[in-house]
Amino acid sequence: MAIEIPRKSSRSIGARKAKDGVRELIIHILLIPAALVFLLPFLWMLSTSLKPDAQLYSYPPVWIPNPLQWENYPKSVAFVPFFIYLKNTLIIALTSMVGVVASSSMAAYSLARIHWPGRHILFLLTIATLMLPFQVTLIPVFLVFKNLGWVGDFRPLIIPQFFGYAYYIFLLRQFFSSIPMELSEAAYIDGASEWTIFWSIILPLAKPALATVAVFQFIRSWTDYLNPLIYLNDQKLYTLQLGLQQYSSQYGREWGLLMAAAVLITLPPIIIFFLTQRTFVQGVTLTGIKG
Amino acid sequence: MAQRTDTQALPAARPRRKWSPRARRDTISGVLFALPWIIGLLVFWIYPILASFYYSFNDFNAIQNPKWVGLDNYTNLFKDPEFLISAYNTFYFAILSIPLAIITAFALALLLNMKFRGRFIYRTVYFLPTLVPSVALSLVWIYLFNPATGVVNLPFDWLGIQGPCWNACATWSRPTMVLLALWLVGGQVVLYLAGLQDVPQELYDAAAVDGANIFQKFRSVTLPMMTPVIFFHLITSVIGAFQFFDIPYIMTGGTGQPSNTLLFYSIYMYKNAFAYFKMGYASAMAWLLFLTILVITLAIFRSARHWVYYGGVDLT
Repeated sequence: MAIEIPRKSSRSIGARKAKDGVRELIIHILLIPAALVFLLPFLWMLSTSLKPDAQLYSYPPVWIPNPLQWENYPKSVAFVPFFIYLKNTLIIALTSMVGVVASSSMAAYSLARIHWPGRHILFLLTIATLMLPFQVTLIPVFLVFKNLGWVGDFRPLIIPQFFGYAYYIFLLRQFFSSIPMELSEAAYIDGASEWTIFWSIILPLAKPALATVAVFQFIRSWTDYLNPLIYLNDQKLYTLQLGLQQYSSQYGREWGLLMAAAVLITLPPIIIFFLTQRTFVQGVTLTGIKG
Repeated sequence: MAQRTDTQALPAARPRRKWSPRARRDTISGVLFALPWIIGLLVFWIYPILASFYYSFNDFNAIQNPKWVGLDNYTNLFKDPEFLISAYNTFYFAILSIPLAIITAFALALLLNMKFRGRFIYRTVYFLPTLVPSVALSLVWIYLFNPATGVVNLPFDWLGIQGPCWNACATWSRPTMVLLALWLVGGQVVLYLAGLQDVPQELYDAAAVDGANIFQKFRSVTLPMMTPVIFFHLITSVIGAFQFFDIPYIMTGGTGQPSNTLLFYSIYMYKNAFAYFKMGYASAMAWLLFLTILVITLAIFRSARHWVYYGGVDLT
């Protein structure tokens, strides 16, 4: 008797499973081609980066190089002055990260947790900057840095980050607003200063959001192309993006070496994404929809 | 009776009393905490907006002082064939790529929203290209889309027909760029997916009770509930499309060739500013673009009441 009940239902479960199986199969049939299309640039980049010169232009193309030309990597790193560009990129990305997290979290704190008369207007202006095309501010900002004599070094790429970035202020404000106000009130009654509340209560609670901003900014600096293009003109100060592009216009046919370098500059954002996937996706959706 | 005791500009209608120590303290710390950003707003946003507006009425090469020329920059723009083609290319790109991106992202998100194993892997795969630096992506595309040896022509070979010449010739270059932009749709897929997961199950249950089939459920539950996400995507992608720069710039080596078909608005503006040092002319381009985006965005906002469903959620 005790066995009969599971048996009876197991048949309907089996039927449902079969139906689910067919449904899943159809979904996969639809999704796999799309996934392959999305992966194509990665596969091709990787495959080419391991090709000996003779197979670069063979048609139909070779997918799995034979032999695997691992030497492309050390050769590419030496040919493109990779480590100089890497150092430049890291200096810019890491200092920008510190600056933007500090300044944006302070502004977000002011907007989310302090009641002062100007905060609504400031918030509206913050959102407005997100709607502004970059072209409108590009030239005057360039001229400001030109007059300061900063064009040609890293300062135009780093210093602005110490004055906040609207997208992150918005993201952090959303997060700070979700922390109960009672926490601040209790600390205030105990005599804590606003800075103490910010530093010792709110920031520790906001670590995931701060990490998201740090990650976003690192990737933003890492992948930035336009600003280095405008502000850097000494080859020794190039970032990886600018250096690789410059290199490709000189040695456009060295696809094996180019693709090896492309793989190397693509890996860090992807590794960071996999390490921080949950906060990352939350960050994308938090700023995207929750108004 | 409350009296005005200070000169602070607060809403006049509200009864006024002297600032409490708490209110004073809050105002001071509010401003101090926001100070870096307030300075940033003034220096990197508000001043530049006003300055580029002023430059747009001047002949200005960044070395000599600006020389006032009135509306000349604007009238010259409309006589400049390169400007006109860059505006055309950009509109062409926006009009085709935005609807395609909305449809693609929405469709992929709908599929990913079904319960099945491995959906998480697909979501990651679709998102990955958005993380690739545009230099790396552009270089791979140049190689992949090579009309003679590119991998994307393989399927055409299998069918025994001549593949398109992609970004190498004027007939195909614009559509190719529209197609390439679809690779970067992953961020939107994540947004649509989050939106779909927020649709209350009760609505589907209620529709099922009413005997709705899958298409009717989509038509009367999913689609209306997703209109705010579509609205958001539409607004941001209009701004994004008009700023399209990195990929066409790198893929064409900054030339916008073939036959200027990939000369996008921002590339031509960049050339004017930083190659020809026509800062006033480029500023006029920037402002014209700004006004265009503003008009389009406002039109979308105004249309929103007819098609965006807020479900009683207060968006303000």
